[in-house]
Amino acid sequence: MKINQSKRADFQIISEWIGQNTKVLDLGCGDGALLNFLKTNNNIQGFGIEKDEKNWLLSLKNNIDVIQMDLEAGLSGFENNSFDIVILSKTLQAMHNIEEIMQEMLRVGNEVIITFPNFGYWKDRLQIMLGHMPISDELPYQWYNTPNIHLCTLSDFDQFCHKHKMKVLDRLVLTNNKPISVLPNLFGALALYRLIKK
Amino acid sequence: MSKSNSVGIVKPKTFINSEPLKLDCGKTLESYELVYETYGALNRKKNNAILVCHALSGNHHLAGKYSTKDKYPGWWDNLIGPGKPLDTNKFFVIGVNNLGGSHGSSGPKTLNPKTKKIWGSKFPVVTVPDWVNSQKALINSLGITKLAGVLGGSLGGMQAIQWSIQYPECIKHAIVIAAAANLTAQNIAFNEVARQSILTDPDFNKGDYYIKNQIPKRGLRLARMLGHITYLSDDVMGTKFGRKIKNKSVKYKFDTEFEIESYLNYQADKFANEFDANTYIRMTKALDYFDPAQSNIKNLSNIFKKIRAEFLVISFTSDWRFSPDRSKEIVKALLDNKIKTSYAEIHASSGHDAFLMNDAHYHSILENYFKKIYKSL
Repeated sequence: MKINQSKRADFQIISEWIGQNTKVLDLGCGDGALLNFLKTNNNIQGFGIEKDEKNWLLSLKNNIDVIQMDLEAGLSGFENNSFDIVILSKTLQAMHNIEEIMQEMLRVGNEVIITFPNFGYWKDRLQIMLGHMPISDELPYQWYNTPNIHLCTLSDFDQFCHKHKMKVLDRLVLTNNKPISVLPNLFGALALYRLIKK
Repeated sequence: MSKSNSVGIVKPKTFINSEPLKLDCGKTLESYELVYETYGALNRKKNNAILVCHALSGNHHLAGKYSTKDKYPGWWDNLIGPGKPLDTNKFFVIGVNNLGGSHGSSGPKTLNPKTKKIWGSKFPVVTVPDWVNSQKALINSLGITKLAGVLGGSLGGMQAIQWSIQYPECIKHAIVIAAAANLTAQNIAFNEVARQSILTDPDFNKGDYYIKNQIPKRGLRLARMLGHITYLSDDVMGTKFGRKIKNKSVKYKFDTEFEIESYLNYQADKFANEFDANTYIRMTKALDYFDPAQSNIKNLSNIFKKIRAEFLVISFTSDWRFSPDRSKEIVKALLDNKIKTSYAEIHASSGHDAFLMNDAHYHSILENYFKKIYKSL
């Protein structure tokens, strides 16, 4: 499973945010494509966490150091501030306990990068207005088989960060791999945040 | 995955070392012998060697057969061979019978070179670090300075960990399966019941039973039965045997009536005829004493600072003697040191013995990890 990495603008942005030779922990690393990209471009020391055994094996095949564990159980195997960056890419919306994992990420990492599908995206809003649960590139599931249980908009996530004393260092919004600056909560499909503890 | 190929007919070899070996117990073995087998070829750089360490009842005979008449191949034949996950077309694989063993290496059953008498009870207690020292001497004799990997399950996994601590510069990869950084009290307790069953067998004669030609079979049988129960899971026993009975109806007698009883008795007889009681006692002691973190698991991160090897750690969900939580302790201490580590927790119903099973996902993990090692040679 090779992803054409040049087309992944989110990979590019994360790569620009994390700097060179950093220690990176990728939660829900899938097949390890992001970590591979960062190893090549940023010379990081990366570890992945992946629960699914098929994805775990793909990560291993991709030469990623990957730990099989369930993020819902927290990150108790990791010491405070033991990583420069902790990444949660397109996984937040599928997690049960958002507050706990966010706190855990900020405990283990000096910085946190989160990406998630923006539920305020106009195509999602339109489908709801027409009476249906949204299906899109970022949310490709039917309502009855979706793993995504905690969907939010940019505005929701901003409020969440404020309430939980997280400082947003950077925020970027993408649609079809292009940055969106006008009305991002309406025109942005994928949100990328860089956070630290306040 | 090709699994049909075998390493074929194999022959054990003997490494005779006249260099004294100082043991943890304070005694010294003035000289000793290790019986071992190798499969595949050592390459010109001598950097493709994988040492496979055995567990409690294992030995050096990992793969292949001694003759076409052998009923069973070596104990890890499903993993090791040409085209198998540990591919002998690529790697030089070494299996060794540990000191104190009962399959030819210096142990209670062999002659003490000084007295020319059978060691018996006099053979010293050996530990995991002692074994690693003796294995190091063996690989030196083969001209190998750095092992591509050390692989082991259970007590074998403990040896892989010990290698990475004791000879950090001599091991590139440690593959630690269904192991722990030390035994829990419950595990030591099981071992003690097994030992007591042997020690209190009248035929044991304090370990000097060879002369009388009486084997403490009753004790060995009980030890094996207890062990066997704990290496399996409740689920797998239920699936395999359930409450099935051997005959049409029960007889209200003390004969074996349930299939699980007859299975345990069969395993016990087989084991008591093959395995040495003194060895069994020493192997369980080696398990009990293994404790690089000196009873403080938090100390493990400090101990692991010196490690240079990369790790693959594997546990099995139904293994309750070496549970996934125990493997996670190892993983945590490795990650604390940012040691390159992969960890898999495999869904398996067969308990601790799962590490010997021919499970597709499990073998695929090992196959891919060995491919990774091979690429890095």
